[in-house]
Amino acid sequence: MSKVVAELKYSAEHEWVAADGSGPVGIGISAVAADALGDIVYVDLPEVGSTVTAGETCGEVESTKSVSDLYSPVTGEVTEINDAVVGDPALINNDPYGEGWLFKVAATEEGPLMSAEEYAAANGGEL
Amino acid sequence: MSENYTALYEQHKKAGASFTDFGGWQMPLKYESELAEHHAVRNAAGLFDLSHMGEVWVAGPEAAAFLDYALAGKLSAVAVGKAKYSLICNADGGIIDDLITYRRADDKFLVVPNAGNAKVVAAALKERASGFDVLVEDASAETSLIAVQGPNAEAILLKLVPAEQHALVTELKYYAAVEVTIAGDELLLARTGYTGEDGFEIYIPNVDAAGLWESLLAAGEGHGLIPAGLAARDSLRLEAGMPLYGNELSRHVNAYAAGLGPVVSLAKESDFVGKEALAAIKAAGVGSTIGQKLVGLKGTGRRAARAHYSVLKDGSLIGEVTSGQPSPTLGYPVALAYVDVEHSAVGTVVDVDLRGKAEPFEVVALPFYKRQK
Repeated sequence: MSKVVAELKYSAEHEWVAADGSGPVGIGISAVAADALGDIVYVDLPEVGSTVTAGETCGEVESTKSVSDLYSPVTGEVTEINDAVVGDPALINNDPYGEGWLFKVAATEEGPLMSAEEYAAANGGEL
Repeated sequence: MSENYTALYEQHKKAGASFTDFGGWQMPLKYESELAEHHAVRNAAGLFDLSHMGEVWVAGPEAAAFLDYALAGKLSAVAVGKAKYSLICNADGGIIDDLITYRRADDKFLVVPNAGNAKVVAAALKERASGFDVLVEDASAETSLIAVQGPNAEAILLKLVPAEQHALVTELKYYAAVEVTIAGDELLLARTGYTGEDGFEIYIPNVDAAGLWESLLAAGEGHGLIPAGLAARDSLRLEAGMPLYGNELSRHVNAYAAGLGPVVSLAKESDFVGKEALAAIKAAGVGSTIGQKLVGLKGTGRRAARAHYSVLKDGSLIGEVTSGQPSPTLGYPVALAYVDVEHSAVGTVVDVDLRGKAEPFEVVALPFYKRQK
């Protein structure tokens, strides 16, 4: 079973959000999504300085088998992207909640997000 | 949900496979990483469960004449011990399936259709057999098929074959088959595959399949052998430019558009199902001067074309992608697509609509990947 990290919040589109209450929030895709996609070979991220909107597409994640849109789970300005993951997308498969993070946003608003328990229950993940 | 499970289902579960429905069967899609499985087959060896494929035996004094009538190729010209890639067509020339036929004796052949078509092919063969002194027997349900593919396949297999039979294996030619003792059982061993690498396919009764699977895995230790799923099988065959029924081939496609003209023997003396239609299609120039043709496309960027994406030239629709993904071996996106013949020449640059954005792709010669011999 794919791992779900307790401290994070999750969107229905399988993005995770790390918010500690101060500063930009970190965003990535869940292990559930990474495992379902298969080996990820290409990732297209929003540009630093651009504005993303909760629930809207802001990039894409492509694996050998399929391609899937990346939805922003929050609204706000992109402050940083993970250049390492652009160069080596396999980081998303290997460590989706750590080195495989995707981008950070100075969030002004959150879309509908689930707790780890809710997300795991809805998607068959393992806490 | 699929109703069919192969005799190796427990082995796959134990190995941590994720499953997919394919042709009505629950098949391993991948075990850990489909990329690792792909590279293992190119550089070492991969073990595949292909038990979903069909096995139809055709036997009798008129077996060869019957297959000349039922299939598009000239099977009577195949020597005993050899195999031939062929098509079974409808009267209108549409492709019911692509299949491999092994000649096991003067009067005995093994026809291997695709999983999803096995029942239809067996039924069509039985129907076409009326008037021929021949028996058509569908053994698909009792027969498993295990493939070892990759440069180390021969070395792995030899570990399970008695020394006095090694020459049977090492001298076995591509598209040929022989009865060999493997892990104690006398089995049909074919040097065939769907990966673009050297490799073998072993036909075995269901009851013995799990034992052979385990023996092959053990023999493969130290040779880089890992089990490989359908995801790797698909990326391997695509790199090798091989068509997949349901993607490139269907009842709505004819051999000439699919680039399989040489598989059709219009010259054979006997009539065969689809002959008249295919002769007319060829005479009309389908796939060469009119209509569409299957081509290879190479992406110039990193984004891949996928099945059903539109192919454009100067903004106009000229075709459709049938298979596509990033090539793990080559490092760029590859795709197969049907395009209008006037835009099918190697070197032509076309666009593929990648979810709203046109990206340039170049028509290239097939296969994308050819192994060094």
